[in-house]
Amino acid sequence: MSKTTSIVMVGVGGQGILLATQIAARAALIMGFDVKTNEVHGMAQRGGSVMAQIRFGEKVYSPLVPEGTANVLASLERIEALRFASFLAPDGVAVVSRQAIIPVTVSSGQAKYPTDAEDRLRKTFRRLAYIDAVGVAERLCDTRVANVIILGAMSAALDLPVECWKEAIAQCVKPRFKDVNVSAFEEGKRLAVSV
Amino acid sequence: MSHTKASRALLSGNEAIARGAWEAGVTVATGYPGTPSTEILESARAYADDIYCEWSPNEKVALEVAAGACLAGARTIVTMKHVGLNVAADPLMTLAYIGTVGGLVVCVADDPGMHSSQNEQDTRHYARFGKVPILEPSDSQEAKDFLKLALEISETYTTPVLLRSTTRVSHSSGAVTLGERRPAVPLPGFQKNPQKFVPVPLHARPMRDRLEERLAALAAAANTSPANRIEWGDRSLGIIAEGIAYQYVRELAPEASVLKIGWVWPFPDELIREFAAGVRRLLIVEELDPILEEHVRSLGIACEGRNLVPGIGELSSDRLAAALGKSAPTASFKIDEDLPARPPVLCPACPHRGIFSALGKFDVVVTGDIGCYSLGVFPPLKRIDTILCMGGGISMAHGMQKADEKRADKSRTLPRVVGIVGDSTFFHSGITGLLDIAYNKGAATIIVVDNRITAMTGHQEHPGTGRTLLGEDTITATVEDFGRACGIKNIATVDPYDLKEATETIRKALESDEPWLIVARSPCPLYTKKSVGPARRVDQELCKKCKACLRLGCPAIEWANDEIRVNELLCGGCTLCEQVCKEGAIAIAAAGACHE
Repeated sequence: MSKTTSIVMVGVGGQGILLATQIAARAALIMGFDVKTNEVHGMAQRGGSVMAQIRFGEKVYSPLVPEGTANVLASLERIEALRFASFLAPDGVAVVSRQAIIPVTVSSGQAKYPTDAEDRLRKTFRRLAYIDAVGVAERLCDTRVANVIILGAMSAALDLPVECWKEAIAQCVKPRFKDVNVSAFEEGKRLAVSV
Repeated sequence: MSHTKASRALLSGNEAIARGAWEAGVTVATGYPGTPSTEILESARAYADDIYCEWSPNEKVALEVAAGACLAGARTIVTMKHVGLNVAADPLMTLAYIGTVGGLVVCVADDPGMHSSQNEQDTRHYARFGKVPILEPSDSQEAKDFLKLALEISETYTTPVLLRSTTRVSHSSGAVTLGERRPAVPLPGFQKNPQKFVPVPLHARPMRDRLEERLAALAAAANTSPANRIEWGDRSLGIIAEGIAYQYVRELAPEASVLKIGWVWPFPDELIREFAAGVRRLLIVEELDPILEEHVRSLGIACEGRNLVPGIGELSSDRLAAALGKSAPTASFKIDEDLPARPPVLCPACPHRGIFSALGKFDVVVTGDIGCYSLGVFPPLKRIDTILCMGGGISMAHGMQKADEKRADKSRTLPRVVGIVGDSTFFHSGITGLLDIAYNKGAATIIVVDNRITAMTGHQEHPGTGRTLLGEDTITATVEDFGRACGIKNIATVDPYDLKEATETIRKALESDEPWLIVARSPCPLYTKKSVGPARRVDQELCKKCKACLRLGCPAIEWANDEIRVNELLCGGCTLCEQVCKEGAIAIAAAGACHE
């Protein structure tokens, strides 16, 4: 159990969590690990909080990451990292996109969006990479690749060779989107290393 | 560590079932979409050269089509979610009597935890109820292997077989070793045999006897099936685990003795007895109802189970830790309690929003149905008052309206009733409800929110889309034609993005004493992948912060730092916010740097 690596990816439905999950799982499979994921489909996809998980190692039984054990918590939205913080292991790394998506519950006056999200993130997580994934994606002229930028940043905390990641990206995206996604991955990796 | 072999792939449980169907020589696959089962048939489409695949209008039709194919000798699978089996229960019950010729497996995906469902029913009950065997895989590899095994059982014992998956099996991916397709077997075609295939009472009575003989043979076979196995370990605790629960048990207690049950019913009694005799303490770990536990007790074997293992919601190693005497890992990072909730919402530019916004102008009761539009229940829209089942939105509206007609107290006027269903739901089981309204002189207003696709489950074709599952062009059934055929005289088609038109049409319908059918038609922008129009922007100088636009519940309209903004990354340009803005503060935004 201790040899299993666990990743929790969170965000808002529609941000590309499923694709990111598939890429990470394939990278581990290409490396020769046993892999299990769990994903979210259906109703929960529609703009709600979503979570997907990836586990890999010599032999993986449960597809579910127990609380307090994830090696990496990757969040495509800033406060979603706080919502799912309990999954991260004490020495785990949080990789968080600066993107803020205001929930309808805030816009309709039922709740408030924290104005001090960055402070909270820094107080909550001992090891944090807080990344402007959307800004980088805009520079790459494709805001959809923010998810792969976060993958790149997350890869810095995982023991999987970069070739496995690139091969996994090639397997998961259409050929014409491969280059922009590989660039996004490399940008993310560079950002995380420099944090 | 070696690099992956070509024969090893990462497949979800659903993809693995489809792969298993292909490898096993299945030639006919049918179903109706329903989370978490949908991707089985969508994946089977990749094998369309070898497998005929169809989305049927509903699960009952899907099973009947498969039954016909199976009696003609074909290996067949049928896919649906747990509640879909309720719809298909009628043919299942009698197919069990008739039996199969080619193998027939009904793949049913349960949803413990109700991630995307209205109830948490346990499909294993249907096995005993319908007297058909049921297998339950615990991961993707088993999903493929068990589908093949289920087809073999179906042919050997001439019985339909249930394959029960759950959300965590269907939507988890894992490594699967791939095989080749079974060589083609000549199809005998249907061989007439009325004593076997026509269950008139004279024939059905001997069928009933044969069914019990078959069940006895199946019960014996379950004891030696590769789907059931004992893994001896420390004998102080023995755990009987089935389905995905096996994986949680193994993760938590690698040292324990485990009886892994994959062929769940008829129960493998001999194996259970052998296992129970070999351990000091016996614990049953099963998700949802204590079906196995009650059976073990009925064998006169003392065991624990529901006293320690939760029976509501899905299991996990976290939830099982205490039952297995293990300490669960504890969270070291606290969750902020004041975070704003983020429930699922209608997408930006969703055409349903226009109808809910228009309905907001009337004091009506809205009977809703199963689909994306069920999200209209949440604030700020709050325009769904009931949901029951597929098609129920139409029939319940009729029932409420009839109840109001017959009420004793006529001193006050009750709100009118409006039923809402989607297009796929209408074709699934809404037509008969509409026929009932016309036939029995109802007066409800029915709105079909026709977004040209089965949206909630991830965009599947249906009889109204003009395309088949295989992507071929076909007839396009229309809601209006069905309405006319049912005898509905007042039928209107509206553009759901035109608030004025939608509102006036609903007003006319509510003022009438006759039933109305309103078809609000516009394609799901998530499916067309096209914006309805250019993104909008709020002119902060004109905005009076009246929040009329926020009451649309659009995720693209944000209220932050005392300012209302349109998130142009999310905005689909549907113009509803522009239409509700009395200040003229919302208009087309300028294009960004990366756009042309």
